[in-house]
Amino acid sequence: MKEEFNIISNLIEENTRVLDVGCGNGDLMKFLQENKTKDIRGLEISKEKVQNCLSKGLTVIEGNAESDLKQFPKSSFDYVILSQTLQAFLNPELVINELLKVGKKVIVTIPNFGYWRVRLQLLFKGTMPVTENLPHEWYNTPNLHMCTIKDFYNFCSSKNIKIFKSIALKKSRISEINKSNLNYKNLDSHLGIFLIEN
Amino acid sequence: MNKNIDTKKIIISNPLKLDCGKEINNFPIAYETYGELNSEKSNAILVFHALTGDQYVSGKNPITNKDGWWSYVVGENKPIDTNKFFVICANVIGGCMGSYGPSTINETTGKQIGTDFPIITINDMVNAQYELIKYLEIEKLFAVVGGSMGGMQVLQFVSNFPDKAKLAIPIACTSSHSAQNIAFNELGRQAIMADSKWENGFYSNYKLNPDKGLAVARMAAHITYLSEKGLQEKFGRKLQDRDSLRYGFEADFQIESYLRYQGSVFVDRFDANSYLYITRAMDYFDLSKQHKGNLSDAFKKTKTKFFVISFTSDWLYPTSENREIVMALNSIGADVGFVEIESDKGHDSFLLDVPSFLKTLGDYINSTYKVINERRI
Repeated sequence: MKEEFNIISNLIEENTRVLDVGCGNGDLMKFLQENKTKDIRGLEISKEKVQNCLSKGLTVIEGNAESDLKQFPKSSFDYVILSQTLQAFLNPELVINELLKVGKKVIVTIPNFGYWRVRLQLLFKGTMPVTENLPHEWYNTPNLHMCTIKDFYNFCSSKNIKIFKSIALKKSRISEINKSNLNYKNLDSHLGIFLIEN
Repeated sequence: MNKNIDTKKIIISNPLKLDCGKEINNFPIAYETYGELNSEKSNAILVFHALTGDQYVSGKNPITNKDGWWSYVVGENKPIDTNKFFVICANVIGGCMGSYGPSTINETTGKQIGTDFPIITINDMVNAQYELIKYLEIEKLFAVVGGSMGGMQVLQFVSNFPDKAKLAIPIACTSSHSAQNIAFNELGRQAIMADSKWENGFYSNYKLNPDKGLAVARMAAHITYLSEKGLQEKFGRKLQDRDSLRYGFEADFQIESYLRYQGSVFVDRFDANSYLYITRAMDYFDLSKQHKGNLSDAFKKTKTKFFVISFTSDWLYPTSENREIVMALNSIGADVGFVEIESDKGHDSFLLDVPSFLKTLGDYINSTYKVINERRI
């Protein structure tokens, strides 16, 4: 978690306006508030988590990214962050489009379904993968649309979404993703972090 | 009611131009304060009361001898902790607890003003209370807070005085009264005016009181403050002090008895004309209309931080209407937080012991106070 926060924080310029979509209990918001910018908002669907955030004094709105991002004007945030949540939406494509409208830049992090440990579980055990990063069983997972680093990379190029930076994370090892190492990074990383723009 | 109430009071000498066109001056504002104002004057919270509330937010209400109307929220070691904050609450103009209202005695005639009192609005109420803040020499409030009609006043206050509060917390309210809201208020007013003792609003001249009408108004309104589930769980079809139906029109059911009781205690503490005037003020409230249909414009000059709260079972000021306020604020990039609190206690949730509400509100106010003070805005 800490590595992911660090990478996200490094992608963000100081004193900019940030929206964290699916901000959970506000850990990333708190981290960014201490390290990067005071001007940070959150959107979260769970009442309980919203209450936790508000209790910490964080500015968070209870709402659903699929329907409630519309209320923010175009380009009203310098960065919109979607941390490990894309796979939980009914319509991820719509959400990405909404994020790109609201944010000048968007940071998306993806738990990589192409990671070799994930692949091996399906290949050898024959069961849906359960890992540290994807801890749910198939019957209780909130994840509806799992994808791989390669899937997201290809999605961006097919939709003409500019990738400014793409970073792969394995344990605490950070590396850049590019066209030539894509297949390898897709196999060897548990998390992909993308800085994109329309 | 407005008879010999021993309350803190100031006389506002500045003329106040009302929305109806009339001007008032030298009028009283009754208020109460709790806690101490700190030396920087940075810990003041102005609380706005709802339709039938008054200045007695906390402690014992000296008129009713009951707990203040927001005792769950305001007091020592409560979410709005009076060990830390200086809490101010004023009776609204149009009210009957010492502020200028229809039961104020006209000094030239020696009689109550009655329905000669001018029609007032939420805007007028807020402007009058601002005079109190000036009198207390508070340059900037830490927060303005209120539920229901109190929430409407919060919105109006920030709109009128964009740099006078650091934090605004409108709770269970709306930016404009809906047809349903107006309909229920009209029902209450008609009940009062249909009472033969109303005498066109001059009942006090005849030593009368439209108690029956006012009680019916309160009964009808009280239903709107609860939820269907809450009513069903609390009362169901339970009978009142009897084992079987009596085949008559006495209060067979507990819910009937409960509403009759609510009506009867209300008439002892509230003035019928005040009920007419204040419900009218609520009906006239339409903040977006004040800004040519664009609610966002009401807030575009402000840097105030907002926290909007609604309740799941509130059908009088439902979450959708509270969300409209949030959306209007978001569309201009204002600093706004929002949560809908789970509760089956209906609109009244904001007055009651709803732990997740009390905790979230208290934690939010305290952590925001800390952050704002650290930043020394």
